[in-house]
Amino acid sequence: MGPGIIEVLLEYWPIFLQGMFGTLKYAFIAVSGGTILGALIALLQLSKNKILHTLSLIYVNVLRGTPLLVQLYIAYFFLPLVFPALDVIGKEGTVVLALILNSSAYVAEIIRGGINSVDPGQSEAARSLGLSAKHTMTKIILPQAIKNILPALANEYIAMIKETSLAGTLMLYELMYTRTILANKYLSWQPLFIIAGIYLFLTIVLSFLVKRLEKRLAVSD
Amino acid sequence: MTDQKIPLIETKNLKKNFNDLEVLKGISETIYKGEVVSIIGPSGGGKSTFLRCLNLLEEPTSGEVIFEGNVLDAKSTDLDVHRQKIGMVFQQFNVFPHLTVLDNITLAPMLEKKVAEADAKAKAMELLKQVGLEDKANEYPRKLSGGQKQRLAIVRAMAMEPDVMLFDEPTSALDPEMVKGVLEVIKQLAETGMTCVIVTHEMNFAREISDRILFIDEGIIAEEGTPEEFFSNPKNERTKEFLSQVL
Repeated sequence: MGPGIIEVLLEYWPIFLQGMFGTLKYAFIAVSGGTILGALIALLQLSKNKILHTLSLIYVNVLRGTPLLVQLYIAYFFLPLVFPALDVIGKEGTVVLALILNSSAYVAEIIRGGINSVDPGQSEAARSLGLSAKHTMTKIILPQAIKNILPALANEYIAMIKETSLAGTLMLYELMYTRTILANKYLSWQPLFIIAGIYLFLTIVLSFLVKRLEKRLAVSD
Repeated sequence: MTDQKIPLIETKNLKKNFNDLEVLKGISETIYKGEVVSIIGPSGGGKSTFLRCLNLLEEPTSGEVIFEGNVLDAKSTDLDVHRQKIGMVFQQFNVFPHLTVLDNITLAPMLEKKVAEADAKAKAMELLKQVGLEDKANEYPRKLSGGQKQRLAIVRAMAMEPDVMLFDEPTSALDPEMVKGVLEVIKQLAETGMTCVIVTHEMNFAREISDRILFIDEGIIAEEGTPEEFFSNPKNERTKEFLSQVL
């Protein structure tokens, strides 16, 4: 069996801490990048241009309909073959890029859903006043949609914290990768429970914060 | 109504389909400057669709909508500029819940007509006073009753200084005790000479304030006339049947 969980934690806590920060960092980059890209995809999905609409639909469905692990492997092993320019961002950058693309598909759905949740009468009233399409979106629709979008984005971040564990298999230094490090020290099972505990801690704390955010946003209704 | 009739909104053979359903079957009609026109008729007959075509909230399937000489449904037309002169009031109020009463009114003039904030606010307060809402200026719409929301919606449209006001069943979503106050505001507006097109189920109101009644049924204007002619001496069979049910 070897040493106990507590002993391992006491001895190797800096490794786990670094892994935890890695996880938070990669999840944050993925969702932030995914939000910018996803907003663009959502606008394309809502666009009246049939070609743009269809392309964005395919994009979202492919990325949501295939496992992230497969996407990461394709990014890691295949993309550098066809796009040697990706060398610039390195293996790590390529994996992060895959996380961003994956997240963007989910965020696009979140934003599209948020926009669609706003009563069409709001847009009609704005346009009937002579507001431009742009002003209608920025001044009327988005400020109302954000109430639905923000908590969903926060939940996407929580989901991404768990998803990034897959990137650990591709040598990104995040929480799951600490298992690989410590396996070299003949610690086969202890790190798994520590890792699981840290994931659980992160998701519970963040879920609690999202609940409070939702409550605060609901007050203005 | 002035003796000299100046056309304000004209439709030419206006048709509108929703998928296979032909809702408007070719309506050619002119609304003149200063006129108060009420549109009545059975539900599903096309009266709201007709009204919504006048500012192109519904895009006509074919035909033309001409506002102050401009063909609105031409591709080259800058619709936003013309819509600023066509106020619209909706059945469901559609006030902006995330903005205060005052901001609901000042938003469009400041954004699209570049009115200075102080001027927009002064004008908004004046309008709020006219409809008895000046003490609600800094409230959010959720604190307002249905009748107050609709009065807000009316002055929000008025703040753009439109040349015509379209009302789409403005009292249908109101509790009965709220109806009178809103009709009063519309009536005052009509008396200032504002051109008004009103889709309504309030027959007494239509009779009282209209210069002309349009009866729309099954996608066409089945009958039109002065309130006097229309209510006392309807000619069309469908009109007679409709009136016998609602009066």
